[in-house]
Amino acid sequence: MTRRRSGFGRTGTGGRLAVVLALGLALVATLADGAFARDVPARGRGVAILGGRIVTVADAGVIEEGSILIRDGRIERIVQGIPEDIPRGYLRVHAKDKWVTPGIFAAFSRLGVVEISLARSANDDNVEGGPLHAAFDISWGVNPRATNIAINRIAGITRAAVSPARGDNVFAGYGALIHLGIADDIVTRRKAFAVAYLGDAGAQVAGGARGGAVVYLVTALNDARRYAKLPAEAVFDGIIPRVDAEALGPVVRGEVPLVVHVSRASDITQLIRLKAEIPTLDLVIAGGEEAWLVADDLAKAKIPVILHPFANLPGSFSTLAATQMNAGRLERAGVLFAIADTEADAHNPRLIPQYAGNAVANGLTWDGAIRAITRNPAVIFGVDKDLGSLEAGKIADVVVWDGDPLEVTTRPEAVVIAGELMPMVSRQTELRDRYRDLKPARPFGYIR
Amino acid sequence: MAMTSLKSRLPALIALLLLGACAADGGAGRGAVAAGAKLADAGAAAEDALPPKDPYPSRYRPAAHAPFAIRNVTIWDGRGHEWKNGAILVRDHRIVAVGPESEVAIPEGVEVIDGAGGHVTPGIIDVHSHLGVYPSPSLQATSDGNEITDPNTAEVWAEHSVWPQDPGFIRALAGGVTTLQILPGSANLFGGRSVVLKNVRARTVQEMKFPGAPYGLKMACGENPKRLYGSKGRKPSTRMGNFAGYRTAWIAAQDYRRQWAEYLKKREKGERAKPPKRDLELETLAGVLDGEILVHMHCYRADEMAQVLDMAREFGYRVSTFHHAVEAYKIADLLAENGVCAAMWADWWGFKLEAYDGIRENVPFVHKAGGCAIVHSDSAVGIQRLNQEAAKAWADGRRAGVDIPKAEAWVWLSYNPARSLGIADVTGSLEPGKAADLVLWNGDPFSVYTKAVQVYIDGVKQWDLLDPAFQPVSDFELGQPGEGDAK
Repeated sequence: MTRRRSGFGRTGTGGRLAVVLALGLALVATLADGAFARDVPARGRGVAILGGRIVTVADAGVIEEGSILIRDGRIERIVQGIPEDIPRGYLRVHAKDKWVTPGIFAAFSRLGVVEISLARSANDDNVEGGPLHAAFDISWGVNPRATNIAINRIAGITRAAVSPARGDNVFAGYGALIHLGIADDIVTRRKAFAVAYLGDAGAQVAGGARGGAVVYLVTALNDARRYAKLPAEAVFDGIIPRVDAEALGPVVRGEVPLVVHVSRASDITQLIRLKAEIPTLDLVIAGGEEAWLVADDLAKAKIPVILHPFANLPGSFSTLAATQMNAGRLERAGVLFAIADTEADAHNPRLIPQYAGNAVANGLTWDGAIRAITRNPAVIFGVDKDLGSLEAGKIADVVVWDGDPLEVTTRPEAVVIAGELMPMVSRQTELRDRYRDLKPARPFGYIR
Repeated sequence: MAMTSLKSRLPALIALLLLGACAADGGAGRGAVAAGAKLADAGAAAEDALPPKDPYPSRYRPAAHAPFAIRNVTIWDGRGHEWKNGAILVRDHRIVAVGPESEVAIPEGVEVIDGAGGHVTPGIIDVHSHLGVYPSPSLQATSDGNEITDPNTAEVWAEHSVWPQDPGFIRALAGGVTTLQILPGSANLFGGRSVVLKNVRARTVQEMKFPGAPYGLKMACGENPKRLYGSKGRKPSTRMGNFAGYRTAWIAAQDYRRQWAEYLKKREKGERAKPPKRDLELETLAGVLDGEILVHMHCYRADEMAQVLDMAREFGYRVSTFHHAVEAYKIADLLAENGVCAAMWADWWGFKLEAYDGIRENVPFVHKAGGCAIVHSDSAVGIQRLNQEAAKAWADGRRAGVDIPKAEAWVWLSYNPARSLGIADVTGSLEPGKAADLVLWNGDPFSVYTKAVQVYIDGVKQWDLLDPAFQPVSDFELGQPGEGDAK
């Protein structure tokens, strides 16, 4: 294990990463039990996941004993049983009695942009007091080597929406989509969605009342539309600065979703009205604790919701009707929804399967739950053509679990991101291994 | 350990309760005065009377209930035992018998609940809750958990802030929590006194107070005090400043104790003596030095916990429990040697630098070292599914080679917390003679799909998943959107 780092420093390049990958996997292989043997891969090799219970989250449903062949980052084919014609050189992952699912897509997170929540110098998730609001672009701050990437990767999170946190404006800025694989740049889509805060939070930054926040939002969108038609040299005198007016262009044209934080049912009703007035808006609700009260209207307006199933406390006068039944009720009403931590957790998106399992315990179907953490986020962010389910041709984000993935006692045994088998190590597993034995032969600082 | 002092008090108190005796007459229930002195009439408050130890006494009285038995269940007794096809018999607020069905004689006429393949466990005890002091709704008007005006507020008592109507208590009940310690927050070196509550619906805090439970003193290490006061340009602004603050206060407490001891000595000799002026802050600290008040210390880092253990030795007191002990796994041996509990989360990490080294195996590693491991919440959300938190820690421990039965892992949720709070003689496990604080689950309590079906406190049903008559609604939620809806 000491050898693992001896050949390269911490400030590596892509080449170093490949080495880490290979050696990290060697480590995995030594830790894994015999029942789940793995080969040591090289980049770009095919992968065959054999004999698992495949939850495709697609038309094929659940394949009780099937195999997935992966090549060049994508799923080549999915078959019943174990094929006899596995091409030579494919890494074989034996998944008998294991569950196989698409990778978990964290629909709302701060992965890669926050190292320590309470240390301002160690996070890049929002702007306050600066010149930008809607124009803030979080993608520039995404760090693929942040500890939370590997820690969540080995828990089965393969994709994430990285969202800006609330700053000092109704608009928080632009979020990005990332993968959790090993690369120097993990951003797959910059400016993938914009984020705005209405409800209590929006009111606070818009003068103290909802009537201020919504009028500000609508005026800003109108400004953006007006700005787009202005001749290049013309003077712009909107309620928002020129830089924000330019930034909001894709939002008003409906090219990217506008994710709006709201909780109270009445706020949602007003948003539905807003969408009727500006039909181009691709609205998504985050939070939505009282969404179930207006579920039919949401379904009709085709507005999806990102929700946290644990939200069941009347933490404010905007969440009096919060209940863990929210997800199940939205499902029955036909609302598209994703399950995530709607406070956009930086450290534990890995708990998303637990959130989904609890939603099942509170009225959501199991199928609905798995969809809400894989396929639905891909649909909401417009990347479901490539991601979110196990189908031939899709990007190969695949997780092999040692049981029902929504169970709190289940953990991934293998994680594949874009066709590459990931090393099952993180800073946390290294700390764990350093302190397994409290009477080591050498001081702890030498144990690697 | 501090439990022994409780041990001597509790049986008497429980006997009083069971007899329907009223403990409000001068606080006869808990040693109302310092050892050796006579009971003072609470109303008279004579000038030479000693400070009352229990001026806000528990008025908790379990309601009458019919005897009942639960059978056809798997039982985890909270001490590591598991009985498949188990049964438990409850009468007069206590457990009469528990074990395999074949060994539990259920008398004629006793109501028998068929647990239908579910599980019975001891009620969950959360040693770290701010319910009531940081209730829902969370408004400035309800923010009563941190007296952030001085690094030492040992004089404040959490029970004076607790709002019994906090809907969070009911959500915790639905999660199987029967007892919880309410702590003041961690802004200060000395945050104030905790209070241990039975999770029952009541109009007053006194009616929730756990009879005979010792008080706790909330203390805090590290970042919180230094950040808060440092940002105000005052002491402490560093970790060394924190320690200077603790030690200065302990020295004052030693002096205060000495003054009272001298006074008592003179009085015993019949000499005229004026008692020292009461000081609420020092009364609490002196209570710790006397071993009557248990120290619950918010402390993340291993090195800092070691410093605290040395300080406790310097001043001759014990630390009951380190809370949030994210780095407990680094010094699990030291904690075990010192008999100090570590209350931990399953997987929280990274929200502050002192939580950066969190690992998922913390709880099982402390357990493996022979320590007193506890799963705690510090959260109105987390408290609702502490069984799942323990399950996660158990599962990660197993993968790291700490392969213990689930029934043994349940000690993290009931028996060890009861030890931490000094109430393990009366609750925390399913044993004959103990309080019937128990939960009937509709499946394996370590499954995400399992829910608490019925929750009993002292044998009295407090929650029933299938019966709205046993699903309380707090005053705050009455007449509001979502009233009485499934939560």
